[in-house]
Amino acid sequence: MPRRRTGPVVAILGGLGLALLVLPLVGLVARAPWNELPALLGSDTVLQALVLSLGTAAASTVACLVLGIPLAVLLSHSVHWPVVPRRLLRAAVTVPMVLPPVIGGIALLLLLGRRGLLGQWLADLGLALPFTTPAVVIAQTFVAMPFLVFAVEGALRSADRRSEVAAASLGASRAQVFRLVTLPLVAPGIAAGAVLCFSRALGEFGATITFAGSFPGVTRTLPIASYLAMNSDPDTAIALALVLLAVSLVVLLALRDRWMPGVVR
Amino acid sequence: MSVLRVEMTVPRSAFDVIAAFEVPAGRVLGIVGPNGAGKSSILAGIAGLVEARGNVLLGDRDLAALPAEQRGVGVVFQDLLLFPHLDVRDNVAFPQRVRLGGRRAAREAVEPWLARLDLAALADRHPGSLSGGQAQRVALARALAAEPDVLLLDEPMAALDVEVRDEVRADLARHLRDFGGPAIVVTHDREDAAALADEVLAVERGRVVQRGTLAELAADPATAWVARFASGRAV
Repeated sequence: MPRRRTGPVVAILGGLGLALLVLPLVGLVARAPWNELPALLGSDTVLQALVLSLGTAAASTVACLVLGIPLAVLLSHSVHWPVVPRRLLRAAVTVPMVLPPVIGGIALLLLLGRRGLLGQWLADLGLALPFTTPAVVIAQTFVAMPFLVFAVEGALRSADRRSEVAAASLGASRAQVFRLVTLPLVAPGIAAGAVLCFSRALGEFGATITFAGSFPGVTRTLPIASYLAMNSDPDTAIALALVLLAVSLVVLLALRDRWMPGVVR
Repeated sequence: MSVLRVEMTVPRSAFDVIAAFEVPAGRVLGIVGPNGAGKSSILAGIAGLVEARGNVLLGDRDLAALPAEQRGVGVVFQDLLLFPHLDVRDNVAFPQRVRLGGRRAAREAVEPWLARLDLAALADRHPGSLSGGQAQRVALARALAAEPDVLLLDEPMAALDVEVRDEVRADLARHLRDFGGPAIVVTHDREDAAALADEVLAVERGRVVQRGTLAELAADPATAWVARFASGRAV
């Protein structure tokens, strides 16, 4: 096939699109107070938010793995279900991806808040979730889990499932087939999903601030701290933003080199 | 060692596959027939890998009542289905691993099988780096390491280059003789049937049309396909 030349309309609009994606980041880096950066990065505000963010994002990634892998298996089994429950399940998993995160936060509050559907029952047991660090993890898990579920489901779909049949004929129980054959076969999908999940959890803002609030050291994660600092202390806000940007770049590189060899060449 | 008695129906979309036959211990039955006749479905039914009605008796045990993993039926699949994420040793050790529970114990337990199938030098390789003949030996070793009561081979020579066929066929015949239990080899190749099987069962469109030695089939073929197959003319 002959190489196709890029037309002017495509070149101009494509270039504008690229500029929209890249220029804000250039602005961020250009405006960064490089001289004061070491001091800013060592400040309590930044360190507190960074530690909280890394900890909660890691915890919610683990929660996504524990709950999301079985959900992905269920979703891959649902191809044999009748149409209505199959579509309902897929829709339910997709909703957090398309729902504005703030709405997710409100919904979590209405479910788990003091007077919420489950929350009032938890309150009777002396458990109050809203505005705690676990609430941050729950909010992040809510928005990030679909990324893991769909990554793992895709891997389950493309793996050669006949290996599982061979394993059964060799005496493996269903649990052993899953642990020794299925899981290793879909491991690249799980790793890619976990990385996506972690970066989505790290950037979570709307659901977190609505459901968990913004208490320094307890629920004030990097994005929230950065947003709040923008009004009072722009240099700190930029420092926080640079930290998030750096973590995101590391995630991107990890994805490209290690876990998506078939997707990115 | 017991006789394998099969009397079953495997439902398929085009036609049901109906088979009734016996294989004594230590004997090898070849199942031959044109493409799509239902040969592989019979094997899958015996191994419990597809839904089937009827009985699969081994002595007085009905295997049909058991799930695949409890039947003790070893299968060498047409495209082998080696585990791509495990090296040769772990592939062969897989049945011991699920039985014993531990990886290390299983890896030690399969040393004799690696030696018997001349795989010791390949033990650390992954399936992707093996030749067709090597991969086939791994699949056979893996099936035998499960110490099955019944051994099924589905087109065991199909994936091999022409140059290595004679050698692999001779090896396979030797291992089948050593096996001791009832064994079945599905093939569409007369030479394979002649070298590996004591008797053949001819299957067409899901029905058994004839059973006997190749000489018997050639002398009095039940159908045009059997006549062509048994006389060695192109099929």
